[in-house]
Amino acid sequence: MPLPRLIPCLDVAGGRVVKGVRFRGLRDAGDAVSLAAHYSDAGADELVFLDVTATLEGRATLDALVERVANRVSIPLTVGGGVRSVADALRLLAAGADKVTVNSAALERPALIEELAVAVGSQAVVVAIDAEAGRVRSRAGTGATGRSAVEWAVEAAARGAGEILLTSIDADGTRRGYDLRLTRAVADAVDVPVVASGGAGTAAHVAAVLEVAQAALLASILHERRDRLRELRRELADLDVPLRDAA
Amino acid sequence: MRVAICDYGAGNVRSVSTALRRLGAQLVDDAEAADLAVLPGVGSARSAMSALREQGLDAVLRKRVAERRPVLGICLGLQLALEETEEDGGVRGLGLLPGRAARLRSGRVPRMGWSRVEPIGDAFYFAHSYAVETPAATAYAEGIVAEARSGSFVGVQFHPEKSGAAGARYLERCLFPG
Repeated sequence: MPLPRLIPCLDVAGGRVVKGVRFRGLRDAGDAVSLAAHYSDAGADELVFLDVTATLEGRATLDALVERVANRVSIPLTVGGGVRSVADALRLLAAGADKVTVNSAALERPALIEELAVAVGSQAVVVAIDAEAGRVRSRAGTGATGRSAVEWAVEAAARGAGEILLTSIDADGTRRGYDLRLTRAVADAVDVPVVASGGAGTAAHVAAVLEVAQAALLASILHERRDRLRELRRELADLDVPLRDAA
Repeated sequence: MRVAICDYGAGNVRSVSTALRRLGAQLVDDAEAADLAVLPGVGSARSAMSALREQGLDAVLRKRVAERRPVLGICLGLQLALEETEEDGGVRGLGLLPGRAARLRSGRVPRMGWSRVEPIGDAFYFAHSYAVETPAATAYAEGIVAEARSGSFVGVQFHPEKSGAAGARYLERCLFPG
């Protein structure tokens, strides 16, 4: 198995990072490119960009932002938010993304996953699942589907998803640890890698979820202070989590 | 160094060209005349192979290797260089490298993430569902062929253009060998 991955997640809107990130020393704290470069230099294994306005307001993710980030960093980039078609995915990949995430559009029309896998390869197709109490929610958590997250993950993988990005709405933002039960249930049910998201507050939380998932998404924990990612990597090394040597 | 990236519509051309340009390579279109030809590639073997043929790049690459001029294959570019791959029900490759590609049968597939490559000693980023079986392997990651060489062809299973500082060092050695 490849090494466990740490993946900072940047929520963007209109080309800028939203949510409180205001680090000293960055040229422009809200600028996605400087923040991406900062995380890349601090040892991020990949980066995820989610356009948080896209699905709700029907806006396409900003290709220009992806392009600027791709010109600056040389680690894998995953981009999502409002991907509804193969054309959307091709546009983002052409701009420099390595993978795209689909969420609501795939729930509405699951065949989209197959179309994407054929067009760009499974390795570039990430199906994002937002779950509350084990059930999938759509449209950035605002819509109930009644579907079991585990079953949807299995179907998504069977249709050609190359990775599952699993967010626990229950754990998200609590800083009290990842939803290990949900993450384990999904990881046990699929053969593709699982990226766990939601709930990281300490290095111990991250270490625990990396026992069950292949990667941990990091968001609010990184907003604490500028060097949090670097520190976190050191703390995880002390906990014997085998991260890559990013030098 | 003049480098041509084979753009046949199935590649991560953009990230490869960004990485090479950063290292001072001069990108040119003519894969025949360039000092180094790079064969990138993601996605499916069958469509990639037919696109290569349509553009006559298969002949260009074979000629380069016959003349012992450098070619670098990345990811699918490595697998297309083989004699065959079992992907898409079996596809004949370029035959620049002995061996075949077979579906990964253990672990999570796609195999995605960073893995330490020996004897290079750095971790690189991998994203693949097929792995190479070849007598020409020169480096491994967890028992999987990470690099193979035959004559003037070098192929890597990982993505040096997405492997941060280690990847840049690797590409730099390809650009400025010795």
